Amino acid sequence: MAKIKGAVVVDINRCKGCDLCVDACPVDVLALEPKEVNDKGYHYAYMAKEQGCIGCASCGYVCPDGCITVYKVKVD
Amino acid sequence: MDIKDIIKPENLVYAKPRLMNDNPMHYCPGCSHGVVHKLAAEVIDEMGMEDKTIGVAPVGCAVFAYNYIDIDWQEAAHGRAPAIATAIKRLNPDKMVFTYQGDGDLAAIGTAETIHACNRGENIVIIFINNGIYGMTGGQMAPTTLEGMKTATCPHGRSTELYGYPLKISDLIAQLDGACYVTRQSVQTAAAVKKAKKALRKAFENSMAKKGTSVVEIVSSCNTGWKMNPVAANQWMAEHMFAKYPLGDLKDI
Ligand SMILES: Cc1ncc(C[n+]2csc(CCOP(=O)(O)OP(=O)(O)O)c2C)c(N)n1
Ligand code: SF4
Ligand code: SF4
Ligand SMILES: [Mg+2]
Repeated sequence: MAKIKGAVVVDINRCKGCDLCVDACPVDVLALEPKEVNDKGYHYAYMAKEQGCIGCASCGYVCPDGCITVYKVKVD
Repeated sequence: MDIKDIIKPENLVYAKPRLMNDNPMHYCPGCSHGVVHKLAAEVIDEMGMEDKTIGVAPVGCAVFAYNYIDIDWQEAAHGRAPAIATAIKRLNPDKMVFTYQGDGDLAAIGTAETIHACNRGENIVIIFINNGIYGMTGGQMAPTTLEGMKTATCPHGRSTELYGYPLKISDLIAQLDGACYVTRQSVQTAAAVKKAKKALRKAFENSMAKKGTSVVEIVSSCNTGWKMNPVAANQWMAEHMFAKYPLGDLKDI
C-alpha cells in the first residue's frame, strides 16, 4: 500500500516561536527548539520527529508568518 | 526515506504565498493578522489580479499591511478606509478594491463610513479583523469587547451597564440592501483557514461582478492584548468569541 511521507522546512529566521504549528500538527512532529534561538531571539520551530510527518500542511496553514514550506511524496 | 529525498520542488504542497514578500512582519508572534494576510495574498494571486488590486490599509495593528503584500495600497485615516475604497473603486471600476480593518477601526471610529459604504453597495470587499480589542494602542476596550472581558480600560471586565453591549456589526451590515455577502470566519485551524479562503475568494469575485459590498469578518485573536500565549488565545477565542460571534454566512445573495 502506498504510504504518504512528508517533510517541512522552517524559515528559521522568519519564525517567531509562536507555537501554533506545534499545536496544529496532528502527529506531534514539530517542537520549538529548546535551547537555540534565531536572529530575533526566538526559539524557532523544527521537525523534532523527522519520520512522522504526513505532509498535511496544517502547520503551514496556521503559521501567521509564512515560515513553513511543506513537501509530500507517495512511497510504495 | 531520508527527508532530503522528500524536500524537492516536485513534492511541494505548501509555501508562503508568492505575493507575500520577505519583509519581516511586525505582528506579535501568533497574531491572526498574518494568517489573513497570507489568505488575501493567495486569493489575489490565484485570481490573476496582482496588478489590478488596490488594498486600503487601516489604522490599527495592520497599519503596515502595505509593507507585506506586493500589490498597490493606499493608507487611510483611522476608520475611513471604506470611504477611500469607495473613491478608488468608483474612479477605477476595473480594479479589485478592498479594505482591511480592525474592529476599532471599522466598528468604532469608522462605523459611519462602514455602514454607508455597505448601504450604498459599493463594489468593494471589506476584510474585518474582529479581535475584540484595540490591539495597536495597548489593549483598550473596543465596541466588540465581550461582556466581562478584561482590557486596559475595563480592568474589572466589560460591564454592559457602563459600556453597553458587544457590537455585532456584521449582523447590522447584513440588514443593508447594498451588502450582498456577509460572512463570519476564523483562522485558528487548517480547516478554518481553508473555509476563510473560500469566503474571501467569493467576496472578491462578488466585487468584480458588481454585486455590491462583501464583508468577511474574521474572528481573530490578539494574544498580547488578551494577555495569553498564542495557543491559549486561540482556545479562548473558540470558547468565548464564537459564542457571541458565531461563524458562518450571515447573508449570501
Ligand atoms: C483619529 C485617531 N483616533 C485614535 C487613534 C488611536 N488608535 C490607533 S489604532 C486604534 C484602534 C485599533 O484597534 P483595531 O482597529 O481593533 O485594530 P487592531 O490593532 O486590534 O488590529 C486607535 C484608537 C488614531 N490613531 N487616530
Ligand atoms: S505537514 Fe502536517 S504532519 Fe507534517 S509537520 Fe506539518 S502539521 Fe505535522
Ligand atoms: S497587539 Fe494584538 S493584534 Fe496587534 S500584532 Fe499583537 S497580537 Fe496582533
Ligand atoms: Mg482590534
